[in-house]
Amino acid sequence: MFGKLSWSAIPFDQPIPLITSIILILVIAGTLGLITWKRWWPYLWNEWITSVDHKRIGIMYGLLGVVMLIRGFADAIMMRTQQAVAVGGSQGYLEPEHYNQIFSAHGTIMIFFAAMPLVIGFMNFVVPLQLGVRDVAFPTMNSVSFWLTASGALLVNLSLFIGEFARTGWLPYPPLSEGSYSPGVGVDYYLWAVQISGIGTLMTGINFVTTVLKMRCPGMSYLRMPMFTWTALASSLLIVAVFPILTATLAMLSLDRVFGWHFFTADAGGNPMMFMNLIWAWGHPEVYILVLPAFGIFSEIFSTFSGKPLFGYRSMVAATLFICIVAMMTWLHHFFTMGSGPAVNTAFGISTSVIAVGTGVKIYNWIFTMYGGRVRMTVPMLWSMGFIFTFVIGGMTGVLLAVPPADFLVHNSMFLVAHFHNVIVGGVVFALFAGLDYWFPKAFGFRLHEGWGKASFWFAFVGFWVTFTPLYILGLEGMTRRLQHVNIEEWRPMLQLSVVGVGLLVVGAACQVIMLVVSIVQRDKLRDVSGDPWDGRSLEWATPSPAPFFNFAIMPNVEGEEAYWGIKVKAIESQRLSEEPEYHDIEMPVNSPVGFFTAAFASITGFALIWQIWWLAGLGFAAAIAGFVVFAWRDVHEFHVPAEEVARVERARRASREALLEQIAAAQGATA
Amino acid sequence: MTDHPLPAAVETVRRVREDPHRLGHRGHGNEGPVEGAGHGETGPARKRIIVGYGFWIFLLSDIVMFACLFAAFAVQRGATAGGPGIKELVDIPRVGWETAALLLSSYTCGLSFAATNARSKLWTQVFLLITGLLGLLFVGLELAEFIGLAQRGITPQASGFLSAFFGLVGLHGVHVTLAGMWLLTMMAQVQLKGFRPEIVHRLICFNLFWHALDIVWIGIFTIVYLMGAVA
Repeated sequence: MFGKLSWSAIPFDQPIPLITSIILILVIAGTLGLITWKRWWPYLWNEWITSVDHKRIGIMYGLLGVVMLIRGFADAIMMRTQQAVAVGGSQGYLEPEHYNQIFSAHGTIMIFFAAMPLVIGFMNFVVPLQLGVRDVAFPTMNSVSFWLTASGALLVNLSLFIGEFARTGWLPYPPLSEGSYSPGVGVDYYLWAVQISGIGTLMTGINFVTTVLKMRCPGMSYLRMPMFTWTALASSLLIVAVFPILTATLAMLSLDRVFGWHFFTADAGGNPMMFMNLIWAWGHPEVYILVLPAFGIFSEIFSTFSGKPLFGYRSMVAATLFICIVAMMTWLHHFFTMGSGPAVNTAFGISTSVIAVGTGVKIYNWIFTMYGGRVRMTVPMLWSMGFIFTFVIGGMTGVLLAVPPADFLVHNSMFLVAHFHNVIVGGVVFALFAGLDYWFPKAFGFRLHEGWGKASFWFAFVGFWVTFTPLYILGLEGMTRRLQHVNIEEWRPMLQLSVVGVGLLVVGAACQVIMLVVSIVQRDKLRDVSGDPWDGRSLEWATPSPAPFFNFAIMPNVEGEEAYWGIKVKAIESQRLSEEPEYHDIEMPVNSPVGFFTAAFASITGFALIWQIWWLAGLGFAAAIAGFVVFAWRDVHEFHVPAEEVARVERARRASREALLEQIAAAQGATA
Repeated sequence: MTDHPLPAAVETVRRVREDPHRLGHRGHGNEGPVEGAGHGETGPARKRIIVGYGFWIFLLSDIVMFACLFAAFAVQRGATAGGPGIKELVDIPRVGWETAALLLSSYTCGLSFAATNARSKLWTQVFLLITGLLGLLFVGLELAEFIGLAQRGITPQASGFLSAFFGLVGLHGVHVTLAGMWLLTMMAQVQLKGFRPEIVHRLICFNLFWHALDIVWIGIFTIVYLMGAVA
């Protein structure tokens, strides 16, 4: 009746997951209780859960990403502290079985459920605004994508309380991940959580390729698109090209595990190396799916806070697309040591080194953007400059690893761990915090507190280096990764130093939380009335803050690069805004619960497949299909926003802009 | 010439207007921006273009998924683990019938869309039905093939090669089955709701999907079966 599920699945004998789960359940129950008590359900349901507004979906992605980032960070703290105490005679406080689950969960959560939702969240929020349009190509599908991602996250967290998580690392290498060596449900949790969220991501990719290529406001030709939009396009193209590989590979592994097929087994003609090739053919481009939008965020920030157009815009576009293509030609460097032979290794060593050229072009472009500009040292700018320093070093250790003979010495060592955290934290995470500060006013109507933001940056920046420099050194000394217990006493000081760094990172994270709280309390003081708090250059700043659900009262007509900068310069030169246009009714897509229902049924189906409850899986799948049919049957797809409402919102924004123009005129009069 | 209106011809004219790129009807080179095509100069594309375009992107991603299974088949073709090889599996007459059914279904699917363009509900439904029946025939023949193999002990559990074989051919079969279910809902929609724009858009997508599955089948037919028969 319930497949492999029984009471023994609940970890009554393991205090850490048990207590964590109980606390989590209490927090969730408390939140739900509060929502019920305050009668927030109708608001939540109508304004958020069923929303197809790309900005709302972007914010929900962000929220999901932040929650999972905290969960992944908690795993990281446990790993660092365990290694610092489990040296020599001591065994530390985590059993090997548990420790293996923690590092697997840490990687899985950070990549799939923290970094991906946050990056996609920014794409959702920003891209349509920058393109000057009112929504993405497929708004309802966008909602389905988000909820499928949330469904995957739910399954990962469920594994804490019911059953176990994978012990195979963030990529389940066979034959270890096959049924014969990992008979528990851990790998199944991994497979179905990633599979479901992966389908959501693929749909996002399709959505954004179509949006960028087919839905731009008049005049927005390709070489007028802001850099973030370009990188979002490149990232979406990569998603479309490689996420199906992930889907296929995980499906093959599932068939092996559940039905005893032999795609990747060590016996009966199975081929584990095929898994390595397939998974990294997805896995390496995945790194660029994350980091390209991060580069886009930095490009926007460097240009805005230097008061200059992005240096070498066209070379930046070229470098982005170059990386987009070469990203798919480097996968083998993840397993140089698995016997491909010198010729193949050399080819992939070269392609890996070559991809650094594209990144190098970008680094110089950012530096030259600052050169000669009026640089404002705001919080986003601090993160961006910290990024250049951190990422250059991470990139160089990457080029070092790209040389096969050198890789043979440090592969699977702490050096590798330090390297990829160097690029992913220094590249992606820094970008996410920078972008959070940069676009927060557009989302919520007020800026974030500057002092706490700066404190957070400095703690995170210093904390990062104190955490990972020791790991570089330990890696060079031969410490391998994923050790639950460290035999060599001499490594203890470095491991303890690393924990000090983690402490600084915790303080940095606390500063972020305080920054949020302080900003919310002081929101009236930090209010952004102009809609353009940073003197921005692209179209998202042409809307009021927070942006109205229809984004633009009138679709902008773009006349050159840096669309909004052009409009502003024109207004300042002529000392007046453009003529007030005639407002028309706007058609917007109606809300839909289909995303929520699909994900709910997908969660049930996933859970049933993990525990092999076949009838429930069938039921969940049938319900999901039925949901789509019902959705297809609806008659109303759009609703009208009356012209008066559009005019009201737009006039408020124009009034604030006119006040600003008068200020500028007065200032010019004073200097004249 | 007749005085009667010619609905099909009128529809053809309308369709040409709906095709902003006028594919095959205009010369090469830069003729300037095309209204409603989603080029930068003219603002967002029409819904029909957006839906079709997005679906093409999906098809490309779906073909990448098939590519993985093709790759697995290529890698594991010889990994028979002492069991039967590809030559023992291929039953050319049966595969011939499967191929005939599927290719013919693509033809009738195309006819159904011609009927859709002429806004003929009856003929749209008739040809969709024939398409569905041919698809059913295909799936039935494939299922019979799989059952027959299983009775000879040839199952995906027997070797890496057989996993890859059943995985690739089976994935296509699952696609055709799901497409058949989609076809049924499309027939219901056409019957009860008529040719509303969004339903025509879905019919376009369905047609693209069905033809794409045919193209994939041609790859399977050639690489798995024909090359297997002469292996």
